[in-house]
Amino acid sequence: MSIKAFLNKQRVHWMSASGPESDVVITSRVRLARNLTGIPFPHLMDESAALTVMRSVERALAGGQGTIVEGLQLVPMSHLNPVERRMLVERHLISPEFAESGTELRGVAVDEQGALAIMVNEEDHLRIQCILSGLQLRQAYAWAEQADNALEQTLDYAFDEKRGYLTACPTNVGTGMRASVMLHLPATALTNQASPMFQSISQLGLTVRGMYGEGSEAAGRLYQISNQVTLGLSEEEIIANLGTVVAQIVEQERLLRSRLMQEARLQLEDKVLRAFGVLTHARMVSSAEALSLLSDVRLGIDLGIVPPAEAPTLNELMVAIGPAHLQQAAGRELGALERDLKRAEVIRSRLTGTR
Amino acid sequence: MYCDDCKQRPATVHIAQVTNGVKVERHLCEECSAKVQSGSMKFDVGLTLSKLLGSFFGGASAPATGDLKTCPGCGMTFQQVRQKGRLGCGRCYETFEEEIEPILRRIHGNSRHVGRVPVRSGERYRLLQRIDALKQQLQAAVQAEEYERAADLRDRLKELERERDARFEGGQAQP
Repeated sequence: MSIKAFLNKQRVHWMSASGPESDVVITSRVRLARNLTGIPFPHLMDESAALTVMRSVERALAGGQGTIVEGLQLVPMSHLNPVERRMLVERHLISPEFAESGTELRGVAVDEQGALAIMVNEEDHLRIQCILSGLQLRQAYAWAEQADNALEQTLDYAFDEKRGYLTACPTNVGTGMRASVMLHLPATALTNQASPMFQSISQLGLTVRGMYGEGSEAAGRLYQISNQVTLGLSEEEIIANLGTVVAQIVEQERLLRSRLMQEARLQLEDKVLRAFGVLTHARMVSSAEALSLLSDVRLGIDLGIVPPAEAPTLNELMVAIGPAHLQQAAGRELGALERDLKRAEVIRSRLTGTR
Repeated sequence: MYCDDCKQRPATVHIAQVTNGVKVERHLCEECSAKVQSGSMKFDVGLTLSKLLGSFFGGASAPATGDLKTCPGCGMTFQQVRQKGRLGCGRCYETFEEEIEPILRRIHGNSRHVGRVPVRSGERYRLLQRIDALKQQLQAAVQAEEYERAADLRDRLKELERERDARFEGGQAQP
């Protein structure tokens, strides 16, 4: 499947909401940083070195028949226009910095389901990422590891017995692994439990940040928790630590949701149904407002207050209201106001099945 | 459209802000926008990741021991590494080993890798790890006076050491 055909697909793997604990955990993601031996890291390398890396990865992918990377095509970023590059960011498949320039010196390979993505010449020569629905860190790691093994059959990695996988930034050295989960924590946020909880998490070698925007309350009450330490712990330990903490956060979020239902049912129903009302009727919606209202509706669905939409629809919607996806749907560039109009239209049509 | 913040007054000011490459747009009334714009001033201290990392390397300004060392792999000096907060190539880790050791400890609380090893190029490492593990088992067996087991372990150890010498000309897993 070509990358253009892939971008026309509305749903990638993680949006299916089929994974465990999908009522709270939206995605699990594992990313491995790898570099080739004998070539300077991307921030220091010249054009010919960058192209050497691109060719080497292309060859490694081509030689990956019968493995998880079979059929993956390395697409130079110069083959994608800015909107297409941003679409990959909105789908959480590449990083925002990586999408900035349309150079032939960087490339991306994505599998058909959008679960596996490989960035070439980002901060490191290779960033192998697997993103799945729900709480599936082990599975995400298993797939990333398989891709890593397949590529390593051909590529010579910069590896040191003492320091592990060598990376441009010393914060990634060792396993080169960043495991993260995206969580929807409306009850935790509404009951002001988010910051005390996050303070304790940061003492466990993990970091928390809002998925979108900054400030005390993360937009859409979506949070990302990831490991900070990459050296001195095995991949399994990192995943187990993160998994344990996430399981507790999920537990607490569910508890708070049911307590909210018991103690403030009317207010909660009012909040959720108002959000639903606005989303199904508004003519202009900003991105921040949409994320916040979609969070309310998502909570409403999980608690049985709102029947019609299903979680997969909401995951798709979260991505479909991003500026790049809106412009792709419109087939042209849109100004800020036009995007707010288009966003409202997309949300209305998805939530009600009509325009 | 109403103001994103107060949701009371009509939005007349439209602000587009790019943070980490993500464009965030806000539609505010004049009153709220004034608050936001004066509030954003205090965040403008230019604290970037590389600056933060630079501070792990002891700050970019004060000279440090090892500043004049140059990596034969990429030509970076340690001073440049400190300023960028990034290493230049894989060999930098070896060249600046002494300087990097305390930095890794500060970042990770550790400086030695215990995780996965590349499958193909990691064969030697895995062999050495197995030899180390056998040596420990052997020692334990001798201490427990399990001589039969110890003899068995010694045979296996010799075999692995022969394999090591034949394939990788010796070496230690723990440098």
